[in-house]
Amino acid sequence: MPVDGQAKLAVYKFSSCDGCQLSILDLEDELLALAERVKIAYFLEARRHVDPGPYDVGLVEGSISTPEEAERIIDVRRECKFLVTIGACATSGGIQALRNWADVEEYKRTVYAHPDYIRSLDTATPVAAHVLVDFELRGCPVNKYQLLEVLGAYLTGRRPQIPTYSVCMECKRSGNVCVMVAHGTPCLGPITQAGCGALCPSYHRGCYACFGPSDSAGPRSLCRFFMERGLARPDIVRMLRGFNGYLEPFKQTSDEYESDHIRYG
Amino acid sequence: MVGNLYIIEKARLDDLIRLLREDGCRVVGPTIRDGAIVFDEIASAEQLPRGWTDVQEAGHYRLERRTDDAYFGYVVGPYSCKRYLFPPRQRLFSITRNGRPLSGFDVDVTSASPPRIAFLGVRACDLAALEIQDRVFNAEYADPYYRDVRRSAVLIAVNCSEPGGTCFCSSMQTGPRCTRLFDLALTELPAAFAAEAGTERGRALLERLSPQPADRNVQHLVELMLESAAEHMGRALDTRELPEILLQNPEHPHWNRVAERCLACANCTLSCPTCFCSNVEDSTDLGGSRAERWRSWGSCFTLEFSYHTGGFSRSSVRARYRQWLTHKLAGWHEQFGMSGCVGCGRCITWCPVGIDVTKEATTIADDVRRADVAERGARERSR
Ligand code: SF4
Ligand code: SF4
Ligand code: SF4
Repeated sequence: MPVDGQAKLAVYKFSSCDGCQLSILDLEDELLALAERVKIAYFLEARRHVDPGPYDVGLVEGSISTPEEAERIIDVRRECKFLVTIGACATSGGIQALRNWADVEEYKRTVYAHPDYIRSLDTATPVAAHVLVDFELRGCPVNKYQLLEVLGAYLTGRRPQIPTYSVCMECKRSGNVCVMVAHGTPCLGPITQAGCGALCPSYHRGCYACFGPSDSAGPRSLCRFFMERGLARPDIVRMLRGFNGYLEPFKQTSDEYESDHIRYG
Repeated sequence: MVGNLYIIEKARLDDLIRLLREDGCRVVGPTIRDGAIVFDEIASAEQLPRGWTDVQEAGHYRLERRTDDAYFGYVVGPYSCKRYLFPPRQRLFSITRNGRPLSGFDVDVTSASPPRIAFLGVRACDLAALEIQDRVFNAEYADPYYRDVRRSAVLIAVNCSEPGGTCFCSSMQTGPRCTRLFDLALTELPAAFAAEAGTERGRALLERLSPQPADRNVQHLVELMLESAAEHMGRALDTRELPEILLQNPEHPHWNRVAERCLACANCTLSCPTCFCSNVEDSTDLGGSRAERWRSWGSCFTLEFSYHTGGFSRSSVRARYRQWLTHKLAGWHEQFGMSGCVGCGRCITWCPVGIDVTKEATTIADDVRRADVAERGARERSR
């Protein structure tokens, strides 16, 4: 970690929607302070100019979903001292990981006029399935203050304060009325990692699990409760397979709910 | 006048709120927001949930219309006075580098200036919870913010004549009647309030509300209403030997069964009016010239709560639930000389999967009591 001078920052994009990279540009007020402490050496979304590596910090957005990406991520790892994945795609495979439960060839034939032009892997997987990752920042998209916290902590040489407990913690701290209890709206907050500030429940909606499973997530209990309250199995499978469906324990529980053989007492 | 029962007209409630505001208080009372009755700042009696009630069950809360237009015909909501005395997030101090050679830092410990709050409509369980929090935050080592808000707080309490579905204050001997700590305690009758002052401050307030001494009949009616309330609790908990039973049975199989349901989401602890744990976090700015220390509501249900040099000492959800229940219902007695549970039912209602302290504790306790009886019987037979 550079004590004096600037750290060289690289921002990479893999299979993703660019929303997390936009969160960096969204920093607006803090961007100048950031530019003082780090040299933005590689960030194609923001500027064409590229400073050659190696880099001190690399931020990776996106999942690994093509053969080319599977190779490129290894190069990225080589040129970054500290590698941080940002967002649901990079940390869980993202929404495109839904293909992991489907037939990609069939999708190609349905969607593209010339499916033979498309070269993609059968699965979309998180970066950590391919290379060693130093820190995973969750969210779809990431919370820009958490991003700043990770960078600030890196620059100061301390551990980032990114809580891994439930969204309910943030929800209760902000004084919301629980949408599950008071409105009967299914909410994934109890099993989802905090980070968004309980955004959806603050607007009377259930949590969609953008930040993936919390450190103690027990989806089985919550889903059993949903079933008792009248949700059908396919609804539950769809709920779990959102932005982070390919992360455990969401993946396993959604598989169990998909197969008819599992019973819950 | 303190301790005697008076009658005040219902219309005086609005005057009471006005008087409190004129005295410089922020009046915090029950009001409807997002489908629940919550504590919030109010400016007039019109903002009270008049004619509404709450239906509460494990993991379930709904508002319903009453058949009358009572002002206080419901029980407690998701949050308590705790929010105001021990706010969910507070900056403790900030440090800024000043570039000077010796001291090097400026430390700023100023916190938000404590507001003067009049709590309107607090219930007996809320008062008992305050008493507990006083022992935590306002004892030998006082939390300055808590101490200041608490010192100036005016407590206008309401006796509960219709307990809710998850209430069990009579089991915990904290309600439904307000017996201490309040400045003024009201009991809502069909056509008036019965009012009792608990302090000089309460007496002075009451005097300004044109009180009429309550006659025998009114006194008798209030007694009857509160006696009947005590018999109509939605829940009950047999507390006999409960601390011993819980502490001596850490391996009871029922802990596992609860753990299979518990999500470790922490809603129970954050809505509990007596839970006092917090996280303390330091943050730095990007330039490394300023740092802040923040305190926020924490919970023994989080994994990080038991993190120390050697790792996590309570990594299983079973260990966390057991920690919570045994601390609340057993350890607290030793620590604070009273139970940590006041029987308000919030943790039951606001648990998203409806886990019920009274049920879980009773399941274990009954099982142990039965086993004890069986064992004693066997011993006697063998003699
Ligand atoms: S609304 Fe959702 S996130 Fe908020 S407390 Fe309820 S279950 Fe938890
Ligand atoms: S443990 Fe539950 S019932 Fe007891 S005081 Fe806390 S929230 Fe109320
Ligand atoms: S008991 Fe209920 S509210 Fe408390 S942590 Fe467990 S699931 Fe959450």
